Formats: sequence, C-alpha cells, structure tokens
Amino acid sequence: MTTPRDPHVFVVDVEDEPGVLTRVSSLFRRRGFNIVSLTVGATERPGISRMTIVVDAPDVAARRIEAHLWKLVNVIRVEDVTGGASVRRELVMVKVSADAEARTHVMKLAEVFRARVIDVAPESLILETTGTSDKIAGLLDVLRPFGVLEVARSGHVAMVRGAQAGQARAAVDDTDAVPDNVSYSV
Amino acid sequence: MREGVTDIFGYPGGAILPAYDAMLDFPIRHILVRHEQGATHMADGYARASGRVGVAIATSGPGATNMVTGIATAMMDSSPIVCITGQVGSRLIGSDAFQETDITGITLPITKHNYLVTRPDDVAKTVREAFAVATQGRPGPVLIDITKDAQQASCEFEWEKAAPNPRHVGVPRAAISDTERRQALELIHDAKRPVILAGHGILLSGAMPFVRELAERAGIPVAMTLLGIGAFPASHPLNLGMMGMHGEAWVNTAIQEADLLIALGMRFDDRVTGNVRTYARQAKKIHIDIDAAEIGKIVAVDVGLVGDLCDVLGALVPGVEPGRRDEWIARIDTLKGDSAVRDIQNLPDHGHLYAAHVMKDLWHATNGRAVVVTDVGQHQMWEAQYYHHESPRTLITSGGLGTMGFALPAAIGAKVSRPDAEVWTIAGDGGFQMTMAELATIKQENLDVKIAVINNGYLGMVRQWQEFFYERRYAATPLLSPDFAKVAEAYGLRAFTVKTRGDVIPAIEAARSHQGTVLIDFQVEQEDTVYPMVPAGADLHAMIRRPSAIAETAMEEV
Repeated sequence: MTTPRDPHVFVVDVEDEPGVLTRVSSLFRRRGFNIVSLTVGATERPGISRMTIVVDAPDVAARRIEAHLWKLVNVIRVEDVTGGASVRRELVMVKVSADAEARTHVMKLAEVFRARVIDVAPESLILETTGTSDKIAGLLDVLRPFGVLEVARSGHVAMVRGAQAGQARAAVDDTDAVPDNVSYSV
Repeated sequence: MREGVTDIFGYPGGAILPAYDAMLDFPIRHILVRHEQGATHMADGYARASGRVGVAIATSGPGATNMVTGIATAMMDSSPIVCITGQVGSRLIGSDAFQETDITGITLPITKHNYLVTRPDDVAKTVREAFAVATQGRPGPVLIDITKDAQQASCEFEWEKAAPNPRHVGVPRAAISDTERRQALELIHDAKRPVILAGHGILLSGAMPFVRELAERAGIPVAMTLLGIGAFPASHPLNLGMMGMHGEAWVNTAIQEADLLIALGMRFDDRVTGNVRTYARQAKKIHIDIDAAEIGKIVAVDVGLVGDLCDVLGALVPGVEPGRRDEWIARIDTLKGDSAVRDIQNLPDHGHLYAAHVMKDLWHATNGRAVVVTDVGQHQMWEAQYYHHESPRTLITSGGLGTMGFALPAAIGAKVSRPDAEVWTIAGDGGFQMTMAELATIKQENLDVKIAVINNGYLGMVRQWQEFFYERRYAATPLLSPDFAKVAEAYGLRAFTVKTRGDVIPAIEAARSHQGTVLIDFQVEQEDTVYPMVPAGADLHAMIRRPSAIAETAMEEV
C-alpha cells in the first residue's frame, strides 16, 4: 500500500496528435498538481502514444487526476500503476569529472551499479544506466565526490507486471475494436 | 444544419466570410450581435432555456478573443454551446498574420474540447463531433477554429462517413454497483435529518421527476443551489429554497444540522459550502454526479456515485423505503418562522422602493411563470430569494463565473429558443451597461424581451462587501448611469422609469401588455443589502442577518 504522500504513477494512452501534450500538461497546471516527471513515446500501436506521468499528490487528489484525465477527449486509457504491481525505470546519463588517475576508480564504481561507460574524454567520463530512482540516487551519491559535471535523466516509464497487464490490454483491445476512420488536424 | 441548428448568433469578419456566404443558402436564422461576447452569452442562454445546443460564430483574432468570457461562463456552468471561429489561411498560421490569434490555445482550459480544422475534409466530421462532445456526459462549450482555406475549398460531404469518433464521444463509464446502491440506501434509511442538495445537473439530466419522487417517498426536504433553482417546484412543501452565501437562514441551518446530505448534480462550490472544515460536520454525504472528477473534490463523501442522474436515481429511488420525517420538518418550520420576522417583505413600508419588492411583485404579476434571466450581483440574489420558480429552465443566470453583462444577451438567446415564453431580463445598472449595446440586436431582430434594470447607483454587491468588510470605504462603487429609459428609446424601444412601490405593478403590467421589448428603470433604495450573508470563507451557520423589525436598531448579528 502507498502512503498518502507517495508519488503516483499514471500510464496514459493518448492519440498521437499535435496539442495533446499541451492538453495533458495544461490540466496539471490548471488544477495545481505538480508533475515530477512526464515521458511520451510511441507504442506498439500506430497513432497511439503512451505517457508515463509521475505526480506528487495525495491519494484523494490522485483519484481526481485520473478522473480529469479520462475527461480529455484525446485520452484513450488511464491507469494508476502506483504500488507493487508495476515496474518503473528511468534512464540517466552522468558526466563525471575523472582524470587519468580517477578514471579506474569511477569505472569500478560504475560496474557495481551496472552503469556503462559511453564516452571517455581526457578529463571526464559519461556513464549511462537505467534503474529505479533509488538506484540512480545511489549512483549519483557515490559519484559526487569526483565531481558530477552534468546529469540528464529521462523521467520514468512504467509497466504493469504479468497477468494484470493482460487485463489492462484486454480493455484496451476493446477500445481498439471501435472503428476509427477519423483523424484530426488538431 | 443536419445537427438541427436553426439559429446562430454571430458577427462576420474577414476570416469567416466564406462560411457566412455559404450560410445564405440555408434556412438558418442568423442573429447579428453587437459584440462577440454577446453572441456566446446568447448561445448560452439559448442552450439553458431550451436544452438544445447554442451556436455562436465569429471571425479570427479579436472576434475570437471577444468570445472568451462567454466561453468561460458556459464552461463553469456546464452549458452546451458550439463556437465557430474563422482562422487565417493554414499557410499563414504561426506567421502573426493580420487578425491571427491562437484561439485554440487561448480557450484550451475553458472549453470542454476544441479543434483547429485546416482541411475541408475534416470540417463535417469535426462539426458533428463537436455537437456530440458539447452535449454528452457533463455538457460544456466546444470551439471549432476553421482556417479560411478550409472554408473555401469544397469537398464531397457524406453525412454517415462524418460520424463522430465513438472513442471521443463515449458514454460515461461507470454504472453503479449493487454494493454502492446498498450503501446509499442504508444511509438514506438511517438518516433522521436528511437534506437533498439539488444542483444544475438535475436540470441537465432531466431528472426532476426522480428527485421529486425521492423527496416525497422519504420525506426529505430539498435545498437548491443557485443553478439548481427550478429543479424542484418552489411551492412544494418540501422545498427549502436556495442554499449558500445568500441562502435563507433556515436552509443553511438545516444543512448544518443535517445528518445526511444527498448531493445531486452539484459541486460544493465555495459559495455553497462556506468554510469547508465546518461544513455539515454531522452529516454523512452521498454525492451523485456525472463527472467523476467532482466526487471528493471539495467535500469528502461517504458514497460517491458516478453517472447520469436519471440512471442513478432510476436505480436507487425504487429501493427507498417510504417514510416521513415529521420531527425534522417541524424543526425546519421553526427556523423559517424566525426568518419571517426579518423578511424585508414584512418590514413596515417607509415609502422606500426595495429591489426585493420589485422581485416579489414581478413574481406575482407573472404568476411565477416567466423565464427570468439575471445578471450578477445583488439583484441576482434577490431574484433567487423572491422569485419563486416552479418549473425547470426558468431561471437563467451566470453562477460559476459570475459574469456581469450576461443577462441581456442571454435573455435574447432564451427568447430566440423559446419564442412563446415570457422572457424577463433583470440586471443591475452596472452589469446592464456592460452589454447594453445588444439593445440594438433586440430592435433589429424585432424581439420581445422585457427588461428590468435594478438601478441603485452603485455596484451594489461590491458596495455591500465594502460596507461589511472595508469600513464603508466605497472605492469605485458609486456608479454614474445614463437615463436608461432614454437609452432604450434611442434604440426605438419603449421604456418606463419607476421610483415608488405603487408604480411597480402598473409598470410591469404595462410592459407585459405591450407587444415588443420594454425596459423599466427601477430606481431603488441605494444602499440596500442582501441578507442573510455568509461572509466568504466563513462557517455556513455564521450568517449576517437582517436586523429584525422588532430590534431594528440592534447591531447585525454575526
């Protein structure tokens, strides 16, 4: 179970059209909810994008956010995947200060975190890893003494595990069964 | 056309010219307004009076931005309107072309949905979908921005193929479960002091018979929100009247003493609840609304049911055990008696003309049957208190947004949608001057709308707040007005000026017997106050009451 202050994670399928991202982000702005992270990408189905939205909101507010999202015309599916039944991952790239002397040390630490070195320069390295927020925070903690020069994080993506995902898919397939011969220049 | 549109309110301009030209070939009545804000309020009034979608049309740029207030008004009050705006040619979009504005961006948070159409092929299906989106579920305004080139080009148009995307106009998801139904019924059966809170959703759903059956079956008194007025007959013994900031004392006291609130199609606006922390603390709450996002938004509820009121109440009401609640009703009657001695109608006549008298007399003279369209402010509250509405869709007023200038254009829309109804506009001297240019629309369209201007020389409601909360420092509330009768006459309309109580009924009768628009300028007591009043954010039971006749010199109770 989640405590009232845990961030909530929503997976939202939307029609892939201009303006949809604005509609979704505008909803959060307008209602005063704070987005922790928001990612958008293509799905296995053409014309449909998937958003993963992490919001810092109490449970009651999260239920209202879900209801508000459903009201957006371009939203096809909303699922609150907060809690144990889903997996969450984030990608991070870290440029860390590392001269010839420190380089081996940093690479050893990277190995422990299963981070890959994707660029080596005379005075720095770029590491890349995916994981939960905790893992990424841990990596950054151990790198900080060397000098973290730059951090780029992707924001979260999330997916429901196993059987539950199947149920969710079944519901989506129903929606897909609806004939759709309309496309909009929105 | 095929959506059943017969009337459109609009104002032409460069980017919408092709649509106007095409309109000439169809039997659509176009009402030329004097300001695009008026067009949106007219569409809104049209929708609220009839339940049909109101349509407003304007050009790009300033034409479109002038619609914003009317669209926001319709959004807050869940009114189904479709606004069509012209847009510059699709190749010019983004270039800051003449009269270009990003109206879909501007109206994004104040429309239920909006569309930018750049291809002629998309016009038909977008229009069809817009009408469906505006009316389905919780109604609201939809805007369609159509580029000039999309209007000019022609294309094959097939009605069937242009059907709305079912994914966009799906019916509300939830149906109530047996458990929910049982929980709700248990709360109702256990309640000794229940109150029904009747909101606008009842009118939108057409659920009046179900509400009445619920109230009568279980002996539950009914309090109404401002927009819920008309959802339950005023003369019904179980009717309490309006709740909230200017609700009668017995209504708010009953809510505070209740052990169950059954909220139907309402959204616990801050004007309804006062201080939420002290609101109806003893009461369990059942909230039924078509919009899931309203459940638990302001007030935590014990049972929240999502769905169309007709469906939900249809499933619920047959399970309600018939019963009476005599003790509770008797308690409310006691509260009513206490209020009666303070009622301005019962105060001795000092020769003053009070706005409340005008409302009461207007109610008498029209047998409570008129469609009354009010503006925003003191007169709006007096109307709600003293004009007793018996039937649905007879009070049209801007509740959520509180838009001054709403009344006159909305009344025009109401009259166009219900030509046989007697339509009265009631507006203050402030709000009336915001949109009185629409008097010309009335004249040009030869409409019969009766207009009562409640003229007290102040922005009265603001003045009242200054009186109570700003030590009577009247900043910017004294208001100079023209001679309204002469203004009306300048537009070729008949007009009267009334200064005494005795002249009220004769003037109303004269206006009613005249075929055509009549304006009456009621010059009322300047510094009158709407009582009772719950100060914003205060506890609902902490009302400022009108000093009673017996203790007229006493300070206001707080």
